[in-house]
Amino acid sequence: MNHFPFVDGMQSAMGAVLAVGLIDSPVSVAHYLVVGAVLFTAGVVCMTVKRNALGVLMGIELVLNGANVNFVAFSSPYLRGEGAVSLGLDGQVIALFVILLAAAEAAVALAITLNFYNNHATVDIDRADDLKG
Amino acid sequence: MLLGLAWLAPLVSFVAILFFGPRMGPHGRNAAWVATAAIATSLVLSLAALGTWLVAHPVTAPVHDAHAAAVGHDAGHDAGHDAGHDAGHDAVAPSSADHGTHHESHGDHHAGRRPVAYAGDWYTLYHGGALTLSIGWYIDALTVLMFVVVTFIATCIHVYASGYMHDELHDVTDHEVHLSSGGHLHRPGRFSRFFQALSLFCFSMLGIVIAGNLAMVFIFWELVGICSWFLIGFYYERKTASTAANKAFIVNRVGDFGMLIGLMALWGALGTLHFADTTVAGPGDVAITRPGLFSLVRPAASGHALQVPDGMVKFAAADEVALIVVDHAERPHDGVSEIASRIDEWRDMGYGRWLLFIAGVGIFCGCVGKSAQFPLFVWLPDAMEGPTPVSALVHSATMVAAGVYLVGRFYPVLTPDVLLVIAVVGGITLFIAATIALVANDIKRVLAYSTVSQLGYMMLALGVGGWSAGLFHLVTHAFFKSLLFLCSGSVIHACHTNDMRKMGGLAKVMPWTAGTMLVGCLAIIGAGVPFVVGLSGYYSKDAILAQALSYSQANPSWSILYYAVAGGAFLTAFYMFRLWFMTFAGTPRDHHVADHAHESPAVMVAPLAVLAVLAVVAGWTLPGGFGLANLLEQARPAGTEASATGGFLFGTLTVPAEHESHAGAIHFMATMTAFTTAAAGVLLAAVMYLWRIVSPTVVAGIFRPIYTLFASRWYFDEIYHAIFVLPVLGIAHLASGFDRGIIDRIISGVAWTARQMAGIDSWIDRTLVDGLVDATAAATWTAGLELKKLQTGRLRQYVMFIVVGTVAIFVLASMLFRATLAG
Repeated sequence: MNHFPFVDGMQSAMGAVLAVGLIDSPVSVAHYLVVGAVLFTAGVVCMTVKRNALGVLMGIELVLNGANVNFVAFSSPYLRGEGAVSLGLDGQVIALFVILLAAAEAAVALAITLNFYNNHATVDIDRADDLKG
Repeated sequence: MLLGLAWLAPLVSFVAILFFGPRMGPHGRNAAWVATAAIATSLVLSLAALGTWLVAHPVTAPVHDAHAAAVGHDAGHDAGHDAGHDAGHDAVAPSSADHGTHHESHGDHHAGRRPVAYAGDWYTLYHGGALTLSIGWYIDALTVLMFVVVTFIATCIHVYASGYMHDELHDVTDHEVHLSSGGHLHRPGRFSRFFQALSLFCFSMLGIVIAGNLAMVFIFWELVGICSWFLIGFYYERKTASTAANKAFIVNRVGDFGMLIGLMALWGALGTLHFADTTVAGPGDVAITRPGLFSLVRPAASGHALQVPDGMVKFAAADEVALIVVDHAERPHDGVSEIASRIDEWRDMGYGRWLLFIAGVGIFCGCVGKSAQFPLFVWLPDAMEGPTPVSALVHSATMVAAGVYLVGRFYPVLTPDVLLVIAVVGGITLFIAATIALVANDIKRVLAYSTVSQLGYMMLALGVGGWSAGLFHLVTHAFFKSLLFLCSGSVIHACHTNDMRKMGGLAKVMPWTAGTMLVGCLAIIGAGVPFVVGLSGYYSKDAILAQALSYSQANPSWSILYYAVAGGAFLTAFYMFRLWFMTFAGTPRDHHVADHAHESPAVMVAPLAVLAVLAVVAGWTLPGGFGLANLLEQARPAGTEASATGGFLFGTLTVPAEHESHAGAIHFMATMTAFTTAAAGVLLAAVMYLWRIVSPTVVAGIFRPIYTLFASRWYFDEIYHAIFVLPVLGIAHLASGFDRGIIDRIISGVAWTARQMAGIDSWIDRTLVDGLVDATAAATWTAGLELKKLQTGRLRQYVMFIVVGTVAIFVLASMLFRATLAG
């Protein structure tokens, strides 16, 4: 299979979930992708459900970390079996970038939250409805 | 050419005043000078023309043979009579054979005598087929004489009017017009308009006089009618004046209808309307002579005796002509020559004489209208609504004379039957008008009816063969009638009333007016010392009476014409002196009027004096032969100096030659009759009005029915009203009722329908179209409102949307991928 690995991974993940064979098989990329998906989903739910702005930020971090796990899984040549192509070190670097960007973005988000708190004396995001039409 | 310029001078004046009138001096005062200058120029030019004429054609006292030699018949020769006679002198002048264009040294040549005349065209308006409409001239002694008379009287009247009309120089308060608001009318003066109309009138009248063909006569005939309409209706805010003006024009038009029939008869049958022969350039530079009316009806070949012209014969015998043409269809030339050879035969059978009769009577109808003959005389008395100068110029001397002038000009074409019709109409007119004048109380009305009566005289004179007598009377009448009108104007100016019953004893206060009016009265009755000398009217009346007597002797069944003339002379004398005595003699009847009376200013009296002198001398003939009568003789139409016999309608008529009436016995009797009737009339008038021996009211009481008839003007106005006016009004009412009831209703109905349709359309527009648009807007608004609810502003909701959307995209994308991968 010489398709783009992301697609390969998507296909494998969906196929694995449908076949319910991930529990019995040796640890491969698919397992890591599932973990990443779980983290992602947890992060999304957290973003959606939390009323506290900081909770939302935590959700965001979870989402990003979920994506990181995916990247790391794709970069390992060992998880794929023999002769498979992987991202190699590129995957690791991208994960580092993501961490970096997450940190920067968290800083910005915290600055916004601080300003919001200064104006509204609360971090309840339900109060941030000035854009209500 | 002199006459051409004389004719055009008043036109220049008219145009000038038309455009610049109100600016000529304060209130247009100088317009009078312009007009008077123009007409005076015409007078000078006319006199110059007269002088030129006299040098070229000296007036002589032609020979008068003492015996009436063989009277010519239609084809006859005249045995050496020279036309004309020194009217007023019974002594036979010895033959002056050394000068003059007509000698009688030959024996029998004068059958071919033609008048000296010049004819030509200035400008051709239209030339189509046989008809040529052109502006041209026909000048003979009569034309020159008429020019002098018309321009002279017009000049006098222009001068008079510049004084009489001074009221119009400032704003006028017209006391005869009552406004609906109750007061009198105030209006600006119309001085310059008056002279503008007078100039146009002079131009048109001179146009009639100089005209060389009947079409031109007709054009200027109508133009004169229009000027008369304007001048009569000069005070047009007065209902009486405007009605009188309309009446004059409409009655004239009735006459013109007959004139058109006559014109059509002439043109249709003869193809030309020119009086004299015209020479045109034919093909190849050959001059073609087209015969005019005079040559056609009185060809030189037959000695200028009247005969039905070839054209009319052919026209009337059209059936026979058509048969011949058909017979000779393959050789048309033979057909033409056969027709030509049979024309004389047809003529003797009488073909075409009806056509000639109709032509003559038709043209005479126009004259009946214009010269106020029976039955179309009703407009002339009402025409006195115009200012007095208008009455003097238009309705006594010139316009009404145009009819007589046309009969005189057209004389060669008139057959004895037509002449009899003319004479009878003239006789009826003179009698009716004289009787109405007997009992009229308005000074201008008396003069108006006198004019009608005198015109009847002239027509009768022309009808009985007195061509020279009738036209002579025309000239003398012009002088003394205008004199009488101007005097009456002077009286009215002084007394501010027209009613003679309020006048009396004015001779002391207005000597000049009284004296000149006396001269006029004497002239009109024909006063003079019999056989010696007389005023101008004496000679002309004398001539008429003589000719009438001669006619009645030749046609005894028509001798009533002579008695009409004699009776008319008696009546004329009576009513004229009734007028004079009532106005100037005795004691004043109304002291209010008498106190305010005064002599008129010099500018008004001077023309009176001038005209009075002319009224005296116009009939005289100087030794050596110069005189009006002899001047007229130069223009005598060819063929009329002999007696004519003919006629088919009224039996055979003999129209005696005019010079026969100057023979001893007839002339003597005529003169005595004239003198006795005139003297009797004056005597009776004096008895009733001067010495008051017999009271007029008593006489009126005795003859009450007759008096009422005369005083009501023979009920002519009432009769015409019933016959003509009422039916027309009835039809007008019907038409207007139809217009209002039916046509207007239809149009209102259409408008109503349109309004209903508009209502429906507007409903559609409001309900459907607007509704659709509004609904669209409402839907958009509602959609917007609903969509607005998505914008909750709640962050968590937005996050949810993002997530759900992203997942959906991925799912869809994977489905698509799977589809493409599989395929």
